[in-house]
Amino acid sequence: MQTILSSLYIGITLASIFLLVGLGLTFTFGQMGVINMAHGEFIMVGAYVPYVLQTTLFEGARGAAVLAALPAAFVVAGTLGLLLERLVLRRMYGRPLDTLLVTFGVSLILQQAAKDLFSANNKDVVTPTFLQGKWNAFGVTLTHTRLFVVLVVLAAMALVWVFMTRLRAGRRMRAVMQNRDLASVSGLPTTQVDATTFFLGSGLAGVAGVAVALIGPIGTGTGSAYILSAFLVVIVGGLGKLRGAVIAAVLLGVLNAYVERWTSPTLGKAAVFAFVILFLQVRPQGVVSFRTRGLTA
Amino acid sequence: MMKQTRTRVLLALAMAGLLMGAACGSDDSGGGTAADTGGDKVKVGVLQSLSGTMSISEVAVKNAEMLAIEEINKAGGVLGKQIEPIVEDGESKPEVFAQKIEKLLTSDKVATVFGGWTSASRKAMKPVVEGANGLLFYPVQYEGLEVSPNIFYTGATTNQQIVPALDYLKEKGLTKVFLVGSDYVFPRTANKEIKAYAAANGLQILGEEYLQLGDTNVQGIVQKVFEAQPQVVFNTLNGDTNVSFFKELKAKGNTPDKIQTVSVSIAEEEVGGVGAENLAGHLVAWNYYMTTDLPKNKEFVAAFKAKYGANKNTDDPIEAGYNSVYIWKAAVEKAKSFDVAKVVEAAKGLVLETPEGTMTVSDWNHHVFKTARIGMVNAQGIIDEVWNSGKPIEPDPCLDSYPWAKGLAEGEARQECDAAKSG
Amino acid sequence: MTAVLRRTQADGPWVGRGALLAFALLLFAWPTVVGDPTEVRRWAEWLCYAMVAVGLDIAWGYGGMLALGQGLFFGVGAYSMGMYLSLQQVPDGSLPSFMALYSDYKELPLLWRPFQSFWFAAGAAVLVPVLIATLLGLLVFRRRIRGPFFAILTQATAVIFALVLIGNLKLTAGFNGLTGFAEIFGRNKYQPGTNTWLFHVASVGLLVVVGVAMAVVRSRYGKLLQATRDSEDRVRFLGYDPALIKTVAFAIAAAMAGAAGAIAAPVFGIVSPGQFDFLPSILMVCWVAVGGRGTLWGPVLGALVVNWARVTVSDARPDDWQYLQGLLFVAVLAFAPGGIAGMLRSGWRSAIAVLGRRRAPASMASAELEVAA
Repeated sequence: MQTILSSLYIGITLASIFLLVGLGLTFTFGQMGVINMAHGEFIMVGAYVPYVLQTTLFEGARGAAVLAALPAAFVVAGTLGLLLERLVLRRMYGRPLDTLLVTFGVSLILQQAAKDLFSANNKDVVTPTFLQGKWNAFGVTLTHTRLFVVLVVLAAMALVWVFMTRLRAGRRMRAVMQNRDLASVSGLPTTQVDATTFFLGSGLAGVAGVAVALIGPIGTGTGSAYILSAFLVVIVGGLGKLRGAVIAAVLLGVLNAYVERWTSPTLGKAAVFAFVILFLQVRPQGVVSFRTRGLTA
Repeated sequence: MMKQTRTRVLLALAMAGLLMGAACGSDDSGGGTAADTGGDKVKVGVLQSLSGTMSISEVAVKNAEMLAIEEINKAGGVLGKQIEPIVEDGESKPEVFAQKIEKLLTSDKVATVFGGWTSASRKAMKPVVEGANGLLFYPVQYEGLEVSPNIFYTGATTNQQIVPALDYLKEKGLTKVFLVGSDYVFPRTANKEIKAYAAANGLQILGEEYLQLGDTNVQGIVQKVFEAQPQVVFNTLNGDTNVSFFKELKAKGNTPDKIQTVSVSIAEEEVGGVGAENLAGHLVAWNYYMTTDLPKNKEFVAAFKAKYGANKNTDDPIEAGYNSVYIWKAAVEKAKSFDVAKVVEAAKGLVLETPEGTMTVSDWNHHVFKTARIGMVNAQGIIDEVWNSGKPIEPDPCLDSYPWAKGLAEGEARQECDAAKSG
Repeated sequence: MTAVLRRTQADGPWVGRGALLAFALLLFAWPTVVGDPTEVRRWAEWLCYAMVAVGLDIAWGYGGMLALGQGLFFGVGAYSMGMYLSLQQVPDGSLPSFMALYSDYKELPLLWRPFQSFWFAAGAAVLVPVLIATLLGLLVFRRRIRGPFFAILTQATAVIFALVLIGNLKLTAGFNGLTGFAEIFGRNKYQPGTNTWLFHVASVGLLVVVGVAMAVVRSRYGKLLQATRDSEDRVRFLGYDPALIKTVAFAIAAAMAGAAGAIAAPVFGIVSPGQFDFLPSILMVCWVAVGGRGTLWGPVLGALVVNWARVTVSDARPDDWQYLQGLLFVAVLAFAPGGIAGMLRSGWRSAIAVLGRRRAPASMASAELEVAA
């Protein structure tokens, strides 16, 4: 019973990381049909932000540094995403595969730039005191850092939900996501909406970076460590759907945790991949998808 | 009709190609890779990963090797010749190590190569350096079970690092052990040896888990560790996984007095990335620390910092890389020749002063005597020595002097050790 | 099948054949031009990459399927031949050296036994990739999974492949891979002549692959494939099965990558999982893009040029290659999607137009190269 519970807990916290790293991607992918391979490097940028803050501005206040890093990373990564969209991706409308490869090129450049800026060595973000600690419940140890990740995800989703349903910009975004042509002829400035989407999606990657900085390594490879999980969440979850992404992340996280429990970490990973391939056989459009009468989805 | 023509064209091309191949294959000439040591210079190769994931560790080793070369050149060179280093990038890819060492040995005709880090890079270079009858100095602790006539191993083999660490644990009464490692050859081989040692020495192995290199999803493994309640985790994890592993251990409330750890792949260079606060009080096992209190080491650390910056640390593989160049120099001077066979012969039993103490080269197995040192990471991220083996331990790559290790060195390893022993 | 493969248009066969012949002559002379044996070995390696690139171009350039996991097929080919070569280094029936060290096997495991035969290894190098690609293709294309979804899925297959290799130390030597191919078909790997010989073998492999690609592209099937790329639905309405058409192209690409792997194993002298993971797989796409997709010679040119540049730049400044590699992706795909071949072609056309002999057709519009999925 206890192992079942603890594996469930591990699965949920894993799901929270999957969801956090995949959240931004569901928007850029959902709206523009673009897979942003540089998404991982935006996570990496976000992970460096608390390190930079802890060693410069907030040298004496490590806890404040981590909290300040959340909005700071959102802006920094979001701006990078915005630049990427404005300077390059806009020219490539209607060529999703080429865009994927271009963003891969950008990811290589960002990684090397990080190496030149911060050296190849991993950096350390000191866990603030209010996150050092744990709760024991039902024989399961809940650490504050993992709970923090879960909280960040919940907060990010809540903000995104408010943005999408209550704000004008968010409603525009949904309109473009659901039918770009119709939105365009209705007079919505789709290029402007695209820019907003990219800013939001990349900014969320930055926030994810701050969260993973507390539990894992901060280095040039940080993005590559999480990017594939992000892709799988998006593919299983379906395009641009919050609900789909949540279900997908939980499915994959829990599956990974239990298979790992019974076998080995390697098989846990392999099981996730195998599941995704099989899942797409059953539901090629993901858990949640838009209904469309078009032949090409 | 058309199809037939096409088939014929293709067939003809294929035939022509095969004939060309056969014709050109038969002129196997040359093959002698005698080092080019004419003139007042002698070329040596420096082959480390300057790009890719391993550059984190290997650039510093390259720097140490270059420092030694520079010092030797300033002091007059080797046999009156200045050393001309040819630096190549292994790109953190084994196949590139194989290519680059082939280039260094056959095209540049270097007298020796200093380089390699991962077991994979060494295994990739080994057949090349043997096939071309060249010379390689490999500066990193490794899993043992290998004696190549063309390689000198200047890092520790298992009986100089892992076995003493186990002796230390036994002495301290830390007998319930959990094995955690990255999924590749070094951890798997090391753990095989640890299990054999444990069976003979009354240690209890409570679990054995592996993670992919670079994997950061450590929660499952940490959970298994906590459930097994060992006294100590023997950690052969490598790279990024260590960061997540120690952060998770700490977050779950572990302190070294509850579950201690011994790591064999975390040196001064890696401590900063994992975070001193996550590692403080935990143990590591090496043969050299930056704090090793010997006069020769003070000079080395000062020279290293003077050349590369005061914030640069030295560590075990860096020091072994530095030593490699001096061992080669001493052997060449004793042999009065750059010839590989003569240098190998002259190196037997060679004695020299190094930052880790007086070092003797084995008279048969191409490894060096090393003092085992257990260190503890302090709150500043510096490693302090807490125990040492008292005297340099004779290298025993096939573990023949340990009854419990019978049957571990099989196949190629057995042949190599036997061949080396019989001369 | 012959009906499908019959050529549909008469123009250009002699140009193609002439080019192939000229290329063959150039390749024959190349080792002499290059001279240094280790350089010759490098070129031999790049010829293998060119084989992969030609196959990838059939899937991507002609078929519109961005396959990001060609490393899987390249790797299966390389491991097949690598297993054969490992067994050649030890007496008949005994274990390869790594297995004696890392495993408890007393005799050769079942999986390894057939690889004592060269013909089995060579056959498996091509047929196993074809089998995997066919199964995967049928599964995926029947469900109309395409575009970025297909790309990410193929990427995942390369990741799984590397995971499986690393996880099975006792069978595959894990992360270290298979090494120590000192004897290659009775030749010593480290004799200079061996590199030239390997270069010629790779040349033959590349010529055959290009020849096959020419036949495929110019056949009726080739037209169908391009039609499917441009509008899958119309092809379906005409009564063809796009899933089948795409699967065949994917399988051809896999076969070419497998064959390339088999030749690359002795050229590398080592086969390890890192060579076939998703990163090298996606870099293969760069060769095709730079050379010019949807052309026959573009990928060959791209593989050779990009790898030559990589070696030249990273020899001089190891860290800078990654910037250039990244810039290459961005520059070519965002600003010159036709690659070198596209630029040459439009340059040629404008030259002709300037000379006034013929009105130049509009240069290839970027949207022509990729139809939205």
